[in-house]
Amino acid sequence: MTYIFQQSLNALQLGSIYALIALGYTMVYGILTMINFAHGDLFMVGAFFCFLLAVYFHLSFVPVLLLSMLGVACLGVIIERLAYKPLRNAPRVSAIITALGVGLFLENFTLALSPYPKHIPPLLENTTWTFGTLSISSLQIIIIVLSLVLMLILDFIVQRTKAGMAMRAISWDKTIVPLMGVSVDKIISLTFAIGTGLGGAAGVMYGLAYPVIDPYMGIMVGWKAFICAVIGGIGNVRGAMIGGFILGAVEIMVGAFFPSTYRDFVAFTLLLILLIVRPYGILGKPQPQKV
Amino acid sequence: MKKSSILIILLVILSLGICGCSKDDSSQIKIGVIAELTGDVPAVGASCKNAAEMAVQEVNDSGGIQLGDKKYKIKLIIEDNAGKADQSASSAQKLITQQKVTAIVGPNVSRYTLPAAEIAESAKVVLITPWSTAPKATLDSKTGASKKYVFRACFIDPFQGGVLAKFALDNLKLKKAAVLYDVASEYNKGIAEIFKEVYEKNGGKIVAFETYTTNDKDFSSQLTKIKQAAPDVIFLPNYYSEVPLQIQQAKRLGITVPFIGSDSWGSEELVKLCGKDCNDYYFSTHYAADASTDATKKFIASYKTKYGTTPDDVAALTYDSFGLLWQALKTAGKNDRQAVRDALAKIPQYEGVTGNMQFKEGSGDPVKSAVILKIKDGKFTWFANAKP
Repeated sequence: MTYIFQQSLNALQLGSIYALIALGYTMVYGILTMINFAHGDLFMVGAFFCFLLAVYFHLSFVPVLLLSMLGVACLGVIIERLAYKPLRNAPRVSAIITALGVGLFLENFTLALSPYPKHIPPLLENTTWTFGTLSISSLQIIIIVLSLVLMLILDFIVQRTKAGMAMRAISWDKTIVPLMGVSVDKIISLTFAIGTGLGGAAGVMYGLAYPVIDPYMGIMVGWKAFICAVIGGIGNVRGAMIGGFILGAVEIMVGAFFPSTYRDFVAFTLLLILLIVRPYGILGKPQPQKV
Repeated sequence: MKKSSILIILLVILSLGICGCSKDDSSQIKIGVIAELTGDVPAVGASCKNAAEMAVQEVNDSGGIQLGDKKYKIKLIIEDNAGKADQSASSAQKLITQQKVTAIVGPNVSRYTLPAAEIAESAKVVLITPWSTAPKATLDSKTGASKKYVFRACFIDPFQGGVLAKFALDNLKLKKAAVLYDVASEYNKGIAEIFKEVYEKNGGKIVAFETYTTNDKDFSSQLTKIKQAAPDVIFLPNYYSEVPLQIQQAKRLGITVPFIGSDSWGSEELVKLCGKDCNDYYFSTHYAADASTDATKKFIASYKTKYGTTPDDVAALTYDSFGLLWQALKTAGKNDRQAVRDALAKIPQYEGVTGNMQFKEGSGDPVKSAVILKIKDGKFTWFANAKP
């Protein structure tokens, strides 16, 4: 019993990080119908910001988190302006290729600075509480709670504020909304800032949980988060959160009850089956092609 | 129109750059190095590059190598394989066909050595890998016989896995072991399987045999399972960039048993990434910097003055690979790929900075001893020797 509980905690920790990253994919897709494949690498940049701020500026956890989020958000907005905006009316494929290019640029730029894996110093005092055979670390709790708080804030922004309403409106119809006096450019920038900022936060938390970071760390995590966004229903914010927790749970639980060699194989077969049953994802709605 | 003309000019300039560098010089011997300068284990590549440059500089400073009645300077050409198997293969191809090197040293990591070794073998060019311990590196992929052109300066995994299994049983007296290894990596997989075999044959019990794939960062699922199995010792035959994460996550899950590892731990980066968490654990490796002979001390001292750090096992083995190569060149007496190979295959034994190596006829694998190091306050210290 404690074994299952322990594995559930592991799953929650992994899932909350996947969910935070998946949000970035889903928000950008919702508003631009474009998949920002550079998002995984922006997450990596978040972890490197965390490393720089912690090692060279000796900041504590809260400023590191906020500054990293801000830094990655700015980077996200700049990338959108420079790389994606000129292609807004180009075929979607061109935009996706550009995104892949931006991702490669970020990886290799970080690589050129230094190829060595970096160690993030412990920013938070970690205590491990033991109850019988169950071990709960404070770090685990902080990651789970903080991710949930960030997701609740995002949900509030999207559902309850004017900016959120504008975001939802743009994802509904991009041509009519400007006629209502909404500045599309500003809202798109805001979406990018929030989405990549959350990716940055995920980078910081990932760096705390798995403190060895390298320039390629964003690739696999990015792909997995993208999968989370798709199974949740891409474009749907709540779906991305659910997708993140599902993938985290599937990965950990398959590893827990099957030989770990089969983990990815079983995990992704399950997800494939899920997509066959619900092709638009869990919360996604079928969208008729507008002619 | 304008754009295309600019493109053409650019292409012309680029192609000039490519052609400009392949000038041949007959008083030089070209040696290629393939190293993991970027990618997942850059510390390995850096050590290899440093030691290679040092070995070549020593020879060139003494005037070069005397072959027949002529002295040859050595020209080193270093290629980065970026920690990728395909790039390893293309680096080998480039060194052999474009740069026309006499011999190649490297790559070091087994999963990158295998493709490069295949290419060297089919092109009939000597390749000496300093650090690749996977048996397959020197074996023909089709027949299973020894490759003719591939050699190494290190011991092989069946030996190392056995040494570690016996060390855990006899020295540490721990009878229940768990293993966590990267199933996608040649080296990790090979050594884990041999460890299991020898450990069980000698009366130990493997209580958990868990895997992950390269680039995984979260091991909580496997480690929770290992904790459930209650081992006395955990064996992590994984690279220095992953081991710290595994040990730290294990500690966070409340695992307190000791860890042991293999030669892939032996980089100072391990201690940097791990901090205090790796103290008091053991790993097997090729040489101990603190307990060594005169020749080794001299090597360590000059490496230290040149680069400011103690040479790790990759550096020492790369230096020995070059030592082997110099000896082969001198015996061959001419700058010829085939002659160098024949001379190299005839070297019966070599006294290197990592100890005595003995070669059996027809095999590229040396017979040499291993050492067990203990990590004490962030320093690698000699603990025991293990004879072949």
